[in-house]
Amino acid sequence: MHALSSYLILSALLFSLGLYTVITRKNAVAILMGIELILNAANVNFIAFSKFVTHHVEGHLMAVFIIMLAAAEAAVALAIILNLYNDHGNINVDEANALKR
Amino acid sequence: MPMVNLSIIILVLPLISFVFQMFFGRRLEGKKGEWISISLVLVTLLLAIIMFANMLFDYQPDFRQEAQFTWLNLGSFQLEMGILVDNITIIMLLVVAIISGLVHIYSVEYMKDDVRYSRYFGFLGIFTFSMYGITIANNLFMIYCFWELVGLSSYLLIGHWWEKKSAADAGKKAFIVNRIGDIGMFMGLMIVATVAGTFNYELLFERIGNGAWAAGVGGLFGGVDPNTLLTWAGVLIFMGAIGKSAQFPLHVWLPDAMEGPTPVSALIHAATMVAAGVYLTVRIFPMLTPNAMSFIALIGGFTAFFAATIAITQNDIKKVLAYSTVSQLGYMIMALGTGAYVAGFFHLVTHAMFKGLLFLASGSVIHMMHHSLHKLGDHETDAQDMRNMGGLRTKMPITYTVFLIASLSISGIPLFSGFLSKDAILAGTWAYAAHIHDGWLAQAHLGWLLPFFGFSAALITAFYMFRLMFMTFHGEPKNKAIFDNMHEAPRLITVPIMVLGALSTWIFFSLPSFNPLGGEGWFHHLVQQAKSVVPTGAFDAETFAHGLHAAHYPAMYTSLIVAGLGIGLAVLIYLLREIDPEKIAIRLGVLYRGSLNKWYMDEIYLHGIIRPFLKGCGAVATFDMEIYDHYVIDGVGRRVKSLATGTGVADDLVVDGAVNLFGIIFQWLGWTLKFVQTGKIQNYLIYVLIGVLMVYLINVF
Repeated sequence: MHALSSYLILSALLFSLGLYTVITRKNAVAILMGIELILNAANVNFIAFSKFVTHHVEGHLMAVFIIMLAAAEAAVALAIILNLYNDHGNINVDEANALKR
Repeated sequence: MPMVNLSIIILVLPLISFVFQMFFGRRLEGKKGEWISISLVLVTLLLAIIMFANMLFDYQPDFRQEAQFTWLNLGSFQLEMGILVDNITIIMLLVVAIISGLVHIYSVEYMKDDVRYSRYFGFLGIFTFSMYGITIANNLFMIYCFWELVGLSSYLLIGHWWEKKSAADAGKKAFIVNRIGDIGMFMGLMIVATVAGTFNYELLFERIGNGAWAAGVGGLFGGVDPNTLLTWAGVLIFMGAIGKSAQFPLHVWLPDAMEGPTPVSALIHAATMVAAGVYLTVRIFPMLTPNAMSFIALIGGFTAFFAATIAITQNDIKKVLAYSTVSQLGYMIMALGTGAYVAGFFHLVTHAMFKGLLFLASGSVIHMMHHSLHKLGDHETDAQDMRNMGGLRTKMPITYTVFLIASLSISGIPLFSGFLSKDAILAGTWAYAAHIHDGWLAQAHLGWLLPFFGFSAALITAFYMFRLMFMTFHGEPKNKAIFDNMHEAPRLITVPIMVLGALSTWIFFSLPSFNPLGGEGWFHHLVQQAKSVVPTGAFDAETFAHGLHAAHYPAMYTSLIVAGLGIGLAVLIYLLREIDPEKIAIRLGVLYRGSLNKWYMDEIYLHGIIRPFLKGCGAVATFDMEIYDHYVIDGVGRRVKSLATGTGVADDLVVDGAVNLFGIIFQWLGWTLKFVQTGKIQNYLIYVLIGVLMVYLINVF
């Protein structure tokens, strides 16, 4: 099997798992973890294409940016979740539907 | 500075006065606000005097300055506004300025404590403005504009005391009667515009003279003899003068106009505005054909005589003077009709002075009568009725003296201005009757009617003026209580009348000659007979001038005899009381009642014209309401309504139906789709996922 394909399959698996987590979990922190999985799937893709297709460091750079972005995003998301907890007493996303009313 | 510039300043200043009084006058009442108007008018008087002095130094009979600009460009036809300054303009400007200035000053006392004091001065301002406009206009269109403006200001001032119904009615009457004349004038202007293509005097006369007029006859007037058309144009424009100068049969408004304040009567209805008709006739004189002149002479002559016969029996002091004005205007018009151009305009000037004086002096009497009645608490007695006066000579010596001067002047006694001009007019009629054979009046051998009218009017004039004098100032006081409270008017009234009294003597009009019998002087040098431009059968000025010379002395002697006769008769009847006027009245019967009732002219108009006209209007109104409205208008209405009902149904079903259908569809769609909107972010994510997968599948397969 070609080396690139195996990375892509790994990435697709990670993405699917992340998406599954995001869709099915009610816990906001779990959803955040799913998002992290999706982001890392993208990272794997970037690195793989960089290594096997372009032979250059742009992909690596992009991966570093995404990691940084993920960290920032996690900080913001955790802050929102904390406020949600303070407000509702839990972090169930189904109950955070104030906009619908 | 050219005279034209001066005349523009003269024109604008009274307008400023008007605007000022309208906007700020109310606030300055009682704070000498009127003196702003007065000083503006006095500045115009000063400028007019400068122009006049200039004219005297020049001493050129053909002095002339003109300036104009295009006011409205209508392609092939241009409407121009312009100013013409010649000797006639300057003399007229001075006359208007003198009278207007004096009346302004006089009004301060006369209108004291009036309810609309500042408005009154404002209206005097706009009147003076419009009168200056008439005077300096260089074309017929502009004169027509200002013509209507003087009509308006006259209307406003007659109706100054509009709380009084008679005053409001008199204003309306003056306005409407003037419109009748103005319609004629307008038609005349339209003929001039279509045939000659210009309103400018100079250009118009040139085109008549060089045949362009005859060539221009066509179109609507195709086949009409150019000379006949010229006669019609002249007569129609003259109709404006019939209205404004109160000539028979449109004279009825002027006596009623006496409802206005007396200074207004002096300014507008004696000296200036009513003379505008004469001024217009002077201006269009060169284009008048002998036939048109015959018409003008006859109208003027008849008016002079007719109005004089009414003045004899009137008891209201202002009514006598009003009919006298109508009669004197008739004189001027008659003079122009007979070709005595200089005499006609001369009489305008002298008449403005002595008739302005008569009105202001009578105003002085009326003012003091009012005071006296007010002091007595009497609001019933008529302050203008001569039967309540008498013996005022001792109480009001200044008023009496100037009144006497003016009466002698109007009666045509030597040493007074009226003699100079009146004598010239009478000599003109004499010369006309004896020597002129052109025009239908002469051809019908009716030329001698004019001297007859002229001399009999002179006789009657002298009689009624002295009747007025004796009834007012001589004899026993009719009412002792009123008499005891009378005294001389204040200085603001006596000074203007003394100035006019001085100007009613011969000397100002005959300089540098001192000959009181007339025929020479600056006026006769500076105002020369305008040359007729009528191409065929023009008025024979040369024969006329010859005849005038010959008629001078016979006419003078005759006029002196008739004036003496008139005064003598008045002395006999009203001063010495040798003959009882009431007995004569009874003896004359019908004639007396006719004169007293103004020959029933108002009644004739009421029953002959106004009532039938109103009836006609009523019939037309009935036809309009009952038949036209009912069947045509309402019929169409009903048809349209049923049609509208049909389209209404179609509209409801088809158009609205389609619209509603769409509405219903989208309502249903929205109702269905609202379940998708769960508010759960994960659901939305699933929709996105499904969407992406669908895109993927579509792309793959």
